[in-house]
Amino acid sequence: MFGYYVELALRSLRRSRALTALMVLAVALGIGASMTTLTVLHVLSGDPLPGRSGSVFMPRLDPRDLDGYDASAALPTQVTWADGMNLLRAGRAHRQALMVGGATAVQSDDASLDPFFVPARFTTADFFPMFGVPFRYGNAWSNGDDEGRARVAVISDALNDRLFHGGDSVGRTLHIDGVDLRIVGVLAPWRVVPHFYDLSTGDYATTEQVYVPLRTARDLRLKRNGGVECWGSGSADEDGMETASCVWLQFWVQLDDAGAVAAYRTFLDGYVHEQVARGRFLRPARSELPDVMQYLDERRVVPGDVRLQVWLALGFFVVCLVNTVGLMLAKFMRRAGEVGVRRAMGASRRSIFLQLLTEAVAIGVAGGVGGLLVALAGLALVRQQPSAAAHLAHLDATMLATTFAVSIAATALAGVVPAWRACRIPPALQLKSQ
Amino acid sequence: MQIKPILSALRRHKAGTILIALQIALTLAIVCNALFIVHERVEHVSRVTGMDESNVVAIQNRYVGTPESYIPLVKTDVQALRSMPGVEDAYVTNAFPLRQGGWSTGIQLKPDGQKEGVSSALYFGDEHTLKTLGVKLIAGRNFTSNEIVSINRDDRPAPPQVIVTKILADKLFPDGDALGKTIYYSKGRPSTIIGIVAKLTVPWTDWEYPDNVTIMPLTFNSSYQIFLVRAKAGQQDAVYKSVADTLYGVNRMRVLPENFGVRTFEMVRARAYEKDRGMAILMSIVCGVLLAITAAGIVGLSSFWVGQRRKQIGVRRALGARRSDILGYFMTENFLIALAGVVVGVILAVGLSQWMFTHFEMRRLSFTYVIVGVVVLLGLGQAAVFAPALKASKVSPVEATRSV
Repeated sequence: MFGYYVELALRSLRRSRALTALMVLAVALGIGASMTTLTVLHVLSGDPLPGRSGSVFMPRLDPRDLDGYDASAALPTQVTWADGMNLLRAGRAHRQALMVGGATAVQSDDASLDPFFVPARFTTADFFPMFGVPFRYGNAWSNGDDEGRARVAVISDALNDRLFHGGDSVGRTLHIDGVDLRIVGVLAPWRVVPHFYDLSTGDYATTEQVYVPLRTARDLRLKRNGGVECWGSGSADEDGMETASCVWLQFWVQLDDAGAVAAYRTFLDGYVHEQVARGRFLRPARSELPDVMQYLDERRVVPGDVRLQVWLALGFFVVCLVNTVGLMLAKFMRRAGEVGVRRAMGASRRSIFLQLLTEAVAIGVAGGVGGLLVALAGLALVRQQPSAAAHLAHLDATMLATTFAVSIAATALAGVVPAWRACRIPPALQLKSQ
Repeated sequence: MQIKPILSALRRHKAGTILIALQIALTLAIVCNALFIVHERVEHVSRVTGMDESNVVAIQNRYVGTPESYIPLVKTDVQALRSMPGVEDAYVTNAFPLRQGGWSTGIQLKPDGQKEGVSSALYFGDEHTLKTLGVKLIAGRNFTSNEIVSINRDDRPAPPQVIVTKILADKLFPDGDALGKTIYYSKGRPSTIIGIVAKLTVPWTDWEYPDNVTIMPLTFNSSYQIFLVRAKAGQQDAVYKSVADTLYGVNRMRVLPENFGVRTFEMVRARAYEKDRGMAILMSIVCGVLLAITAAGIVGLSSFWVGQRRKQIGVRRALGARRSDILGYFMTENFLIALAGVVVGVILAVGLSQWMFTHFEMRRLSFTYVIVGVVVLLGLGQAAVFAPALKASKVSPVEATRSV
């Protein structure tokens, strides 16, 4: 029976080509536009650490003075050197890393290569296992290297290609900003979107290419960048950053279960109260421990324009659907005669309804294919944009399946009212007027 | 034209009527908000910087290595740039208009001011700055070469002489007598306004005070430097192509980033506004496609109605109705539906604008755009229904006698 419906549907669609084309085009454009914008949104608001983000947390506290105190304002997202070091040394989490961004000039042994700048990250060793950073060669430095201010570095896959033509460069020397570091590890390609662990270097910044132990980098005075917030007598003088009343480091911890999270909350709260009691913190004791996604939600990293575009595309899709409902209504009602004959010959209302719905679904399938093409073209256009993370916008399997499912569901839904109206046509009236 | 019969006929096509009206309403709501966004973005993009933007090349430079002071390197580079063939003038700075990154501070009128102060972007420069940027000095004088001093990373910029924009001067001294007055960029360190320029905008495209700019006679002792070069008329391309080689010729220990190391000002402008331009283009396309789809929908449904009513049209024609009466009937019918649609559409449009106002920090929809949208959609409806209506008017009176 279904095969027969399909055949009838195709025949009917072929009969009025212009109308069919118009319906398919409208559905395709609506679906395509919605899927393009949703894919971009999906990429930009995605989980930067799939499977891990629920166990990575950012301890937040407020070491600022009472100037401009507002109890409802958000806590700083960075920590001072003193607090960072205290929390790091306490070691109450499974893993913890204190870090800051930087930019280093890389020089090559190859004299034909001019020096170039790459983004760098100065961090303690847990950064790599905590964020699940994959290694191609070698591995991360140890906590001992952190303490011992070892002259070591980890470099990215891209930098390894550029300097060492992709070979195993572990043990070789990296020249940055006039100092030599021994390479202990080379990363496999790795990118987090958004750049959650330090949004101040750009919400969608690319991942760094050089990683150096934090204390080593500070000893060597490697160039630091990122946001700095100071208060009181704090100044951004580079040599005094360790003692300045400024927050400029990011601190992340890994806590694997609810018990560990609760224990860390208690510890963090205790730490803040202790600092208040000692007079180091002037503001009322307050601490927070958001996980990665909670933090990203709070910071609203997805650009407003992207969200606006999604709404616009969905509105556009609704208009396209209303249009399709109207056209289908016209099409089905025009076939009142045919429906009348079939009814008179014994077809039940149900079978008429199903047959017309099949026709609607056929339009949905064609619209889905068209929408897929529109979405692919749209995403290709998006990737041309040089803006942050635009080049990451690719259609994945989920979005692909969603495109088809939504297209078919939407057109079937659009077909319900017209098909319902058509199947209620009284057969006698139609036959009489023939 | 009799409206009553049209209304009673429409009552028999409720579903179709409601669908067309709904489609028109939604289209109106989306189109006038989208057009408003286009308007806002275009307005944003077409703002002027106050510079003479042609023939300007911007170079972002970072020195490699850690010398005692970067100032000698900077001076050598600026000299090399000024003596390049095809170069009219050049200077070194920390930021420039549309760069999307720079410094700002609050200006106080008293040495120990506690208030927030008037915000201003800070451009470092020298006596060549005004000529290189092509901004007009409307009062006072330019810096002299012995006023230029160097400043370290942890110093607060507060030189004894500054040049400010007219708008900033008027904001500080509403009586218009800013020239020669003393202001404070840092507690207890007076700066005298020695010159006022007509207009110069801040580095950011979305800052609250786009015209609050101070030019300071400072050279920043840092590895990051920006050189601005004014090429002689017609020499911009030549300078753009050779400037990197000139700098590398002076000293190889530097990095000019690949994508934005050397840029003409047109490139700077395009980069600064590419998001706005992209959004404006996208919105325009969406409007066009939406209007086309709505028009096609009206054509489709009207054609169907005409086909369905051929017999009634024939009867009317046989009873003496002229072709123009039939044409008018369908045109009026569409007008009434469209009218209902735009009434709902205006409400939706205002609601949508209100929603965007709260969720996307956008300005409220200007009423002009609602009116434009209404006119466009009514016109679109009439244009779309014209072909089916014309076809209807050509139905012969003989139809009345057929197939009964």
